[in-house]
Amino acid sequence: MASVVLEAVRKVYAGGVEAVKGLSLTIPNGSFTVLLGPSGCGKSTLLRMIAGLEEISGGTVTIGSKKVNDVEPSDRDIAMVFQNYALYPHMSVYDNMAYGLRNRGTAKEEIERRVAEAARMLAIEPYLQRKPRALSGGQRQRVAMGRAIVREPAAFLFDEPLSNLDAKLRVQMRLEIRKLHNRLKATSIFVTHDQVEAMTLADQVVVMNSGKIEQTGTPLEIYRRPASIFVATFIGSPAMNLFPGTIEAPGKVRLADGTSFAYDANVFDAKIGAKVEIGLRPEDAKAGTAVPGRPKLAWEVTEELGATRLLHGTLAGSSFVLAMPADIDTPAHEIALETTPGTIHIFDPESGRSLRRA
Amino acid sequence: MVERQTLFARIVPHVVLIIGVCIVAFPVYLALLASTYDAATVQNGRMTLLPGNQMIENYERIIFSGTNSTTREPVGTMLLNSFIMAMVIALGKISISLISAYAIVFFRFPFRMAAFWLIFVTLMLPVEVRIYPTYKIVADLQLLDTYTGLTLPLIASATATLLFRQFFMTVPEELVEASKIDGAGPYKFFKDTLLPLSVTTMAALFVIQFIYGWNQYLWPLLITTRDNMQTIVIGIKKMIVTSDALTEWQLAMATAVLALLPPVVVVVLMQKLFVKGLVETEK
Repeated sequence: MASVVLEAVRKVYAGGVEAVKGLSLTIPNGSFTVLLGPSGCGKSTLLRMIAGLEEISGGTVTIGSKKVNDVEPSDRDIAMVFQNYALYPHMSVYDNMAYGLRNRGTAKEEIERRVAEAARMLAIEPYLQRKPRALSGGQRQRVAMGRAIVREPAAFLFDEPLSNLDAKLRVQMRLEIRKLHNRLKATSIFVTHDQVEAMTLADQVVVMNSGKIEQTGTPLEIYRRPASIFVATFIGSPAMNLFPGTIEAPGKVRLADGTSFAYDANVFDAKIGAKVEIGLRPEDAKAGTAVPGRPKLAWEVTEELGATRLLHGTLAGSSFVLAMPADIDTPAHEIALETTPGTIHIFDPESGRSLRRA
Repeated sequence: MVERQTLFARIVPHVVLIIGVCIVAFPVYLALLASTYDAATVQNGRMTLLPGNQMIENYERIIFSGTNSTTREPVGTMLLNSFIMAMVIALGKISISLISAYAIVFFRFPFRMAAFWLIFVTLMLPVEVRIYPTYKIVADLQLLDTYTGLTLPLIASATATLLFRQFFMTVPEELVEASKIDGAGPYKFFKDTLLPLSVTTMAALFVIQFIYGWNQYLWPLLITTRDNMQTIVIGIKKMIVTSDALTEWQLAMATAVLALLPPVVVVVLMQKLFVKGLVETEK
């Protein structure tokens, strides 16, 4: 078990494309860190650099106390779970799990003990003599995890391991991975583009965008205090509403149609008269009484999601989604939006960064 | 088929197939028949469609002593020569092309594509085209009338390399990476993962190349002069004389039947793997 430290890590491909742009990150010992971002943001490249499958163009990667830039993948004391599992098709489940240990010259009894223990933990004992092709997707996934567990590595690396499973199984495996982590307490790095996976699994979420880190924090921090427009819109479903505004007075931001929202001036630092981008999550507003100056949502379409109902419409000329409990009757076509100051986010439209005070 | 078939619809395909089989099998049957009569009966065309009584004598003579004049070696020796040649060519082709395909697919080295295209281009240069230079080299190396000379020039194979290359390219990249993480170097990956996965492809190639080697005519004809290095295909040709002497048809036919057997055995034994190797998609 060990921490993983990245310092100014860069990856430049032969064609000159910079996939990872000088990125520093500390993954504490025993934590579950999720690298989250859209496809092509460099998260998988980063993971593969930690694993040793991609050369490091600049910076250093340290696992435990050892700098591993030039260390072979097998000597980095890591284990990796691949998206398509990458099980050896011609080997039995047992051999799949034992192969890495055999290559390292682990004693036969020790291999047997570790495989048996991992198989018990993952409930794959009945399948040990089967070939991977005789297993279902979920079972293959377990074997792939078993192969990682028996190594007893310093760090587990997961490369979108759940994306090949169907939705129901994905939820189940997600929980199991988290349970496993709670039990093993091993440093884990998990790459995904699925925000739900990130929110449910992580101790620490690292949101990445075009080769850089947008924000690092706990799932709730990322959700409640997004550091940039990118994070704000990437996390949360439906995405956070964004619309332009102007700071009228400390704590008051005016919309294009002259109405205004109150925000917490102790939290956001914006100059009076500054053009800003206002963020409001769909579930953070509710239908209130019509008061002069209160922004009005003109909605056109509703979507029923069972527990919630989504109202799609426009607010001061920008499109806006409002989430409301489904048991409340749908109000008239114009809704006065009631918000609390703490739920309004203010971003700089130029840089896209949040104007939150440090 | 989901719909119920009438008796007629079921019989017609079988009739067609049976006729086809008869057309293909009749010459073979004729050869088999001819090998069971004495020389005079075959020569005079008084053979019936039932086997004669000379079978054991004919085969015994041909296997252990050969014909009277044209081929002085017994067919047993020819069979052995052909078998050695076919085996060495088939196994040689498989091992060489496995290794070269492995290099081309899994390693990044300078002029990798150039190497690949060079191999590819040799498809256009079969033995018949490069026969003089190849003969010259083999002769200069004192390899005439040796098994090495008989087999080595035929071993390099673009076809097999291409087939293995296509197969290797379907092996997922992650499998290579998983092996790396599991501490298997290039040699171990080849031995522990790639070879077991290639078994069916190897079997398919073996069948094709064994028959290719067995049927070689031109090259052995050039390269062998001594009787005890003759292959069976050459032997049959020599038995059928066109001038002066009498062709001992019953012996020539017995030789032909014997020449048929090893390829048939190989195909029958490896049929399952052969089909799997050609059609299997799941790795």
